[in-house]
Amino acid sequence: MQRSARRKRQGFLSPALWVPAGLALALLGLPLVALVVRAPWSQLPELLAQPSVGSALALSLATGLMSTAISLVLGIPLALVLARSAQWAAVPRRLLRALVTVPLVLPPVVGGVALLLLLGRRGLLGQFLPFQLPFTTAAVVIAQVFVAMPFLVLAVEGALRASDRRFETAAATLGASRFTIFRRITLPLVFPGVAAGALLCFCRALGEFGATITFAGSFPGVTQTLPIATYLQLQTDPDAAIALSLVLMIISAAALVSLRDRWVPGVTA
Amino acid sequence: MSVAARLRLARGAFTLDLELVVTVGRTLALLGPNGAGKSTALGMLAGMIDLDSGSIVVGGRVLDDDSTHVETEHRRVGVMFQDYLLFPHLSVLENVAFGARSTGVPRAAARGAALEWLDRLGIADLASSRPPQLSGGQAQRVALGRALASDPKLLLLDEPLAALDVEIREEVRAELGRHIREWGGPTILVTHLFDDVVALADDVVVIERGRVTQRATVRELVQAPATSYVSRLVASWSDD
Repeated sequence: MQRSARRKRQGFLSPALWVPAGLALALLGLPLVALVVRAPWSQLPELLAQPSVGSALALSLATGLMSTAISLVLGIPLALVLARSAQWAAVPRRLLRALVTVPLVLPPVVGGVALLLLLGRRGLLGQFLPFQLPFTTAAVVIAQVFVAMPFLVLAVEGALRASDRRFETAAATLGASRFTIFRRITLPLVFPGVAAGALLCFCRALGEFGATITFAGSFPGVTQTLPIATYLQLQTDPDAAIALSLVLMIISAAALVSLRDRWVPGVTA
Repeated sequence: MSVAARLRLARGAFTLDLELVVTVGRTLALLGPNGAGKSTALGMLAGMIDLDSGSIVVGGRVLDDDSTHVETEHRRVGVMFQDYLLFPHLSVLENVAFGARSTGVPRAAARGAALEWLDRLGIADLASSRPPQLSGGQAQRVALGRALASDPKLLLLDEPLAALDVEIREEVRAELGRHIREWGGPTILVTHLFDDVVALADDVVVIERGRVTQRATVRELVQAPATSYVSRLVASWSDD
């Protein structure tokens, strides 16, 4: 009885599936094990003390935070529009969703090329700009926003769809304007989703490589972020590249842990 | 100050045609079975559902007619929702102060007024609690305080006892009736419970399938039910 009850809860799992599942796990986990095992632990302090490492780390953190902030300011309203687009006509609704989702599936290099064609010196909009945008720190941020903001938008949109809109109605009966409702009711109620989305967005921005190197290049201290520095170091100083990879991995792991422990979607007590 | 409304709406096969009048200091019960159109009428009064035609006038101010529609946030129609809808991320005090804060009252003044309401409702000690920590009866009082603190010109009570356990309904109902009479503004009670009508209302409008089937005082309703629906309610009520 007990056993069948347990089986009912857990469903069936054929032993044959353990093999591919194990292979999948190995594929996901073993590279990270190799990275940790092969890391030049004894030289780590000197490797990380190099000025080029420090400047790449500082640039990555600064641009990552900046693009996350921009994604929050622009992405939350977009998520709201997306979540409330249910009663729109099919064509504009699907177009909107496609536009938000495309950067997730588009190779980042293509995103970088597209940004150059829009904002480059002779780009669609770039030709009218009084300053040059590509190959600047601002270009790094724009490239990161392009690839990372959809993560935030979709996370916040999911939280908005799951939240009870009748709280907004209740606030309206109390005399709250639409913006007050957004600021004091809607936004706090989806805070777990916003936090999770911001974290995903930050991690994606931190790891950005393809769009950044295409649109912003690789100038040390200006556009050479951690992933780009890691890739370039691999050709000249592999130990330094491993050290940089470790730093990126630790930041990601820290983000993952805080994501799981603190911001499980749902109402915060 | 009084309330007069003519509510007309057609949605597919369902049509609602309802005339309501509430005078100052009286509570009107809108009594009817599920699907009769009670919630729709409440939504129209609160400005959440547009009328097809008709009008809503509260305290001499036109909220809806052929050329007017005042948005929910400007209507000053307070609602105590069936499941209260207290904001889970705000304290009890902030919930009750929400209406005043939203209309530009400074934080300290809004909180002071909210605390007075909590005191009047006998729950000042709950000011810093969060809604998920409250019992059903406590949550109802907070919801009433929140609606009244926004100084409404019409109060709507949506199935006020439905979310509570049967054992505590009697006590909470008596308490609610006392507070509403103390407040003294026009009130519309939407319910399918005859006990609510007897304890809280002065006048009754019975609606069945979107139409008024009886208009009476509570006493008249008990003495002369006009439809089988009402006589069944009266019979099961007098059995208790």
